[in-house]
Amino acid sequence: MPLSAYLGLAALVFAIGLFGVLTRRNAVGILLGIELMLNAVNINLVAFSRFRADLGGLIFTLFTIAITVAEIAVGLAIVIVIFRVRRTIEADHLDLLRG
Amino acid sequence: MRLGSPELALVVLALPFASFLAIGLIRPLRRSGRPAAAISIVAMAGALVGAALMSWQSIAVSRGLNPAVLWTWLPADGGPMASVGVWVDGMAMQMCVLVTLISLLVQIYSWAYLADEPPPSLGRYYAYQSLFAFSMLGLVLSPGFLQMFVFWELVGLCSYLLIGYWYDRPSAARAAVKAFWITKLGDLGFVAGIVMLWAATGTFDFFPLFSAAEIGALHVDRFPTIMFLIYLGAVGKSAQFPLHIWLPDAMEGPTPVSALIHAATMVTAGVYMVARAYPLFALVPPLLTLIAWVGAFTALLAATMACVEVDIKRVLAYSTVSQLGYMMAANGAGEPEAAFQHLLTHGVFKALLFLGAGIVIHHFHTNDVFRMGGLFLLRPWVGGSFLVGTLALAGVWPLPGFFSKEAVLAAVLNARLSVPFLMLIATSFLTAFYMFRVVFLAFFGHAHDHHEHPRPPIAMDAVCRALAVLTLALGARAALTMHHGDAPAWLPWISLAWAFAGIALAWAAYQAGFVDPARLAAALAPIDFLARRRYFLDALFGGTYRLVLLGFSRVVGWVDRYVVDGVLNALSAGTLHAGDRLRRLQSGRPQDYVYGVVLGVLLLLVWAQLTMPPASRSGHPRLEPGSRTPLQ
Repeated sequence: MPLSAYLGLAALVFAIGLFGVLTRRNAVGILLGIELMLNAVNINLVAFSRFRADLGGLIFTLFTIAITVAEIAVGLAIVIVIFRVRRTIEADHLDLLRG
Repeated sequence: MRLGSPELALVVLALPFASFLAIGLIRPLRRSGRPAAAISIVAMAGALVGAALMSWQSIAVSRGLNPAVLWTWLPADGGPMASVGVWVDGMAMQMCVLVTLISLLVQIYSWAYLADEPPPSLGRYYAYQSLFAFSMLGLVLSPGFLQMFVFWELVGLCSYLLIGYWYDRPSAARAAVKAFWITKLGDLGFVAGIVMLWAATGTFDFFPLFSAAEIGALHVDRFPTIMFLIYLGAVGKSAQFPLHIWLPDAMEGPTPVSALIHAATMVTAGVYMVARAYPLFALVPPLLTLIAWVGAFTALLAATMACVEVDIKRVLAYSTVSQLGYMMAANGAGEPEAAFQHLLTHGVFKALLFLGAGIVIHHFHTNDVFRMGGLFLLRPWVGGSFLVGTLALAGVWPLPGFFSKEAVLAAVLNARLSVPFLMLIATSFLTAFYMFRVVFLAFFGHAHDHHEHPRPPIAMDAVCRALAVLTLALGARAALTMHHGDAPAWLPWISLAWAFAGIALAWAAYQAGFVDPARLAAALAPIDFLARRRYFLDALFGGTYRLVLLGFSRVVGWVDRYVVDGVLNALSAGTLHAGDRLRRLQSGRPQDYVYGVVLGVLLLLVWAQLTMPPASRSGHPRLEPGSRTPLQ
C-alpha cells in the first residue's frame, strides 16, 4: 500500500477525533476525541518511519503513547474533580471563563 | 565707634524685621497678643531713634559719608545683574523718619484701639505691622528699581493682609482682594518697565542710571514707553485715576491701618518712586505733562466724591486720593521737591485726621457723619486735634498743609499747566468744604443721643495730641523758614480765599442752616448724581471684569469641558464599548476555542497553499515501502 493510504487513514482518524472534540458535550467524550487525534499522529509517525526506514519515528511513537497515557490519566482526574465540584461534566456548562 | 548713615539705616531696617521674625515665627509669642505688641512697639521706637540719629548725623556731617552700602545680588557672567543695599540721601532719610514715627504712633494707638481683640489676632496684627514697617523702610532705602519692586510688592502684601484683618467680614475680604488686584494691574506695568529698562541699560541701580541721565548719556530705545510703564506702577499704588477705586474700599481695615498704610506711607510710595526716579522722568516731558494732568484730575474727581460721602473714613480716603493727586501734579510739573514736602506734611496731618476719626468712631459707634454731633464740647482735646488736622488739610495759614500746597500750586503754575492749576484751585475749595462738612456734622451741631460715653483710652488720646503738636510745629517751622519762591504774590491769597470760601459754605450749609444742602445738591444735580455713584468707575471695572475676564473664563471652561474632556471621554467610552463588544467573543466554552484553533490552522493552510512556490510543492521524492529497507 502506498504511503498516501496510511496518511489518508491518519487524516480520517484525525478528522473523526476532531469532530468528536468539537461536537461531544461530555468531557469524557472530548478526551476520547483527543485520544483519536493523538493516535492519528501516531499512525503518521509509524508510516513515515516505515517508508523512510527511520527508527526515530517508532521511538517517538512509544514516547507519544506513554505521554498520552499520562495525559489521559490527568485529564480524567480533572474531569472527576470537576464533576465533584460542579456535579456536571457537560462542556457547555463549564463556562467559568466567559467574558 | 561711630556708625555711618548707611550702617544706621541697616539697623533701622533690621529692627522691625527682627520683630516680625520673632512674632511671626515664635508661635506662643504671637498667640500671647500683648507681649508681641510690646516687642513690636519697642522695635519701632528703636527704629525711630535710629532714623532720627541718621538724619541728625547727616545734618551734622553733611559731607564725607558714603551714601550707600551695596551688595551684589544675582551674580552673572558679565558682572552682577542686580545689587541690594541701602541708599541714604536726604529724601530717604526724611521718609525714614516719617515712616518710623507714624508707624510707632499707630502701633501705640492700636494697643488701645484693638484692646478688645483676642490675643492671637492681636499678635497677628503686630506681626503684619512689623513686616509693613520693614517693607516700607526697605522700599524707601532702595538703591535700585529691583529692590524697590520687591519691597513694593511686600508693602502691597501687607496692605492686603491688613485690609483683610477682619477676614470673617465678607466686605473686608472683598476689599482686600480688590485692593490687591487693582494695584497689581499697575504693578504689571512697573515690572515690565524696569525689566525693559534693564534690558536696554543693563542695570537696575539708580546711581548709574541717574548719572547717565544727567549728562545726557542715556540712549534707550522706546524710553518714553518704558517710563510710562514704570509710571503705571505709581498710578496703581498712589491711587491715581482710573485705578483709584481700591483706596476707598480699603477703609474696611482697622482705622489705625488706614492711617498708616492708606494715608501716610504706603499709598505715597508711588509719589516717592516718581520723585526718586525724577531724573529719568525728566527726560520725557510729554509724560510729565500727562502725570500732572492725571494728578490734577484725580484730585478734583476725588474731592467731588468726598463731598457726597457720609462715611467719615471714606471722606478721608477720598481726600487722600485727592492729596495724592496734588503730589503727582507737582511731580508732573517738574518739582519733585514740592511733591515730597507735601507728602511729608500730608503724612503727618492725615495720620492725625484718621486717628482722630478713630476716636470719633469709637465714641459714636458709627461711621455715618449724619448720626454724629456735638463731640467738640464733650471732648475738646479730640475736637481741637481734629480741627488742627482739618485746617492743615484745608490749607489754612500757618499750618504745614498751607505751605506745601502753595509749593505744589506754584510748581504747577510755573510749569504753565493752566487747566490742571484751575482744577487744583477748585479742589482746594472743595477740600475745605468737605472737611468742614465733617467737622460741623460730627463735632458741632446737636448730639443725637445722650448716653454717657467712656473717655477715649489714654493711648489714643495722647497719640492724637502728639500728632497735633507735631503738625503745629511743622507749620511753625515752615512759617519761620518760609522762603518765597518764584510764585506770584497773589497765589497764597487766592488759595486762602478759596479755602475760606469752602469753610464758609460748609458752615452755611451744615451749621448755620442758611443754605439747604438738598438744594445745593439739586443745583449741581449732574455732578451730584455722578459723584454719588462714584462716576460709575467701580461699575465700569466690575463690568469689564465680568464681561472680559469672566467671559474669557467661560469660553476656556467650555473648551475644557467639551473639547478637551470631550476627546478623552470619547476615547474612554470607545474603549469601554469596544471592550464590551469584544468580551462576547469569550464564551468560556472550551469547544468554541477549539473551533477557533481549527479555523486558524485551516486559514494558515490555505494561505500556505496560495503563497508557497509550486516548485517546492512537487519537490518531494516519492517514497515506496522498503525502498531503503533498514529494518530487514
